[in-house]
Amino acid sequence: MLNIPCPWCGLRSEVEFSSGGESEVIRPLDPLKKSDHEWSDYLFNRTNKKGWHVERWYHIHGCRKWFHIERNTITHEIRSSWPITEKHPEGNLSVSYSDREQ
Amino acid sequence: MTRYSALNLFQKSRDGHKGWPEAWRKPAPKSSYDIVIVGGGGHGLATAYYLAKNYGINNIAVLEKGWIGGGNTGRNTTIIRSNYLWNESAHLYELSLKLYEKLSQELNFNIMLSQRGVINLAHSQSEMHEVTRRVSAIRLNGIDSEVLTPDQIKSLIPIINLSSKSRYPILGGSIQRRGGVARHDAVAWGFARAADNLGIDIIENCEVLSVSTSNGIVRSLETTRGCIGAKKFGFVVSGHSSVLAEKAGFRLPICSQPLQALVSEPLKPFFDVVLMSGTVHVYLSQSDKGELVLGAGTDKYNSYSQRGSLSVIEEMMSASLELFPILSRLKVMRMWGRIVDICPDASPIIGNTPLRNLYINCGWGTGGFKATPGSGYVFAHNIATGEPHNLAAPFSLDRFAKGKLIDEHGAAAVAH
Ligand SMILES: Cc1cc2nc3c(=O)[nH]c(=O)nc-3n(C[C@H](O)[C@H](O)[C@H](O)COP(=O)(O)OP(=O)(O)OC[C@H]3O[C@@H](n4cnc5c(N)ncnc54)[C@H](O)[C@@H]3O)c2cc1C
Ligand SMILES: [Zn+2]
Repeated sequence: MLNIPCPWCGLRSEVEFSSGGESEVIRPLDPLKKSDHEWSDYLFNRTNKKGWHVERWYHIHGCRKWFHIERNTITHEIRSSWPITEKHPEGNLSVSYSDREQ
Repeated sequence: MTRYSALNLFQKSRDGHKGWPEAWRKPAPKSSYDIVIVGGGGHGLATAYYLAKNYGINNIAVLEKGWIGGGNTGRNTTIIRSNYLWNESAHLYELSLKLYEKLSQELNFNIMLSQRGVINLAHSQSEMHEVTRRVSAIRLNGIDSEVLTPDQIKSLIPIINLSSKSRYPILGGSIQRRGGVARHDAVAWGFARAADNLGIDIIENCEVLSVSTSNGIVRSLETTRGCIGAKKFGFVVSGHSSVLAEKAGFRLPICSQPLQALVSEPLKPFFDVVLMSGTVHVYLSQSDKGELVLGAGTDKYNSYSQRGSLSVIEEMMSASLELFPILSRLKVMRMWGRIVDICPDASPIIGNTPLRNLYINCGWGTGGFKATPGSGYVFAHNIATGEPHNLAAPFSLDRFAKGKLIDEHGAAAVAH
């Protein structure tokens, strides 16, 4: 059972959350300019990483806010969490929307 | 190959069963083959077997990082059925069920297929409508399927709780009488033995570490047992498909998630069908040893850890108790989790990849055991001819870019 650190509520049990999947999935700002392959890459393809994985969670039975965590998919260790609109605290992961579109 | 028979069994019993030869060889890998299949689960072994049997290709290796039957093939709840909604799926799973019906004879290995009937419950009026629609669609495809009334369900499962005071009362259901269970290890072992008998090298403890490509084709695989080349390659590695695809330089629409199951202490035989309920989310059957085998839904997060969260088990147990209050003091003996390869439309991917001599078979997720022989059959065609088999063509990787998804999320309400 995961204990998930919500940036607002602290460590809470997994059953209060719903998983939003990979953070690296960013909706293209100009869908009409994308080919079918690029669009389906955004819609369906996932990195599905074995190891450290940046993902979104939703504190649905708590503060009802979205946020990111970095979790290891082999050990389930969670090493950081941060609000949805912010960059990774160490700045080495590009998960903010504006970053990805450039 | 020593043929297994009653006479043979009797003769060997006279010297304490010491004289049995090993079921397949343990060859050292050669430096190259015509075809290399990565993944020694049921699907990989079946592919190799049908390549040899139907296309006469024998210079094949199956590379398995662990041991045969140690993947999802040997860890599932063994439900077999073909009552899928969409035509594409119905035809593929029905091919598989038909192959299963003859498999013990064909492989000379008792896979213990038990066509005891698979029942799906409906708990609301709208689910009853859905069940009726599905049964009709399935029958139009020539597959057996019937609607059941609560009384019919009660006569098949006397211990079921039909009380109208339940949170999710049982309003009816459907049954596929040809559905059932089989022994999972036996399916893997039977295919391994039969493939070996046709000259295929089954190489265990051989993990693929990297994939060497150039000019759009795969040249060779770096493995823990050396570099192995081939003219054609097939990846059949279930939960690790994305990891291997990344090594080959392409992406897949797959999430690897834990799926858990458990068995109870053994009881006297009292439950001789397979029961599934999507609404209260559990599926169960009783094994020949008397254990109840129970499975639930996937954990909702990505994982490669072979375990899931207790909350999923708790939900599954409360669902079972509502259906069978009689089980309230049943003890759990073992539980486990394995990593399944989930596609966005809950249908598999079978076919060509961006690399010209590499083929992929994955995405079976929570429900690929029932498809094992059929999947190997169509995938062998794909690898041998370079073109997808008719029945597998709709399941190509490019269906996602084309928007031709085969949405089986509701596959008879529960995805197994
Ligand atoms: C708990 C549970 C219950 C299930 N219940 C059902 C059910 O009731 N009915 C049903 O139809 N299906 C069920 N399934 C799904 C079913 O088990 C799978 O879809 C099916 O067995 C997949 O077979 P496979 O041969 O593709 O994969 P596997 O048997 O997993 O084989 C893949 C093999 O690839 C190997 N491999 C991975 N990476 C590498 C590498 N780099 N190099 C070499 N080898 C590698 C693995 O070791 C593994 O042995 C269930 C699954 C689980 C986990
Ligand atoms: Zn919160």
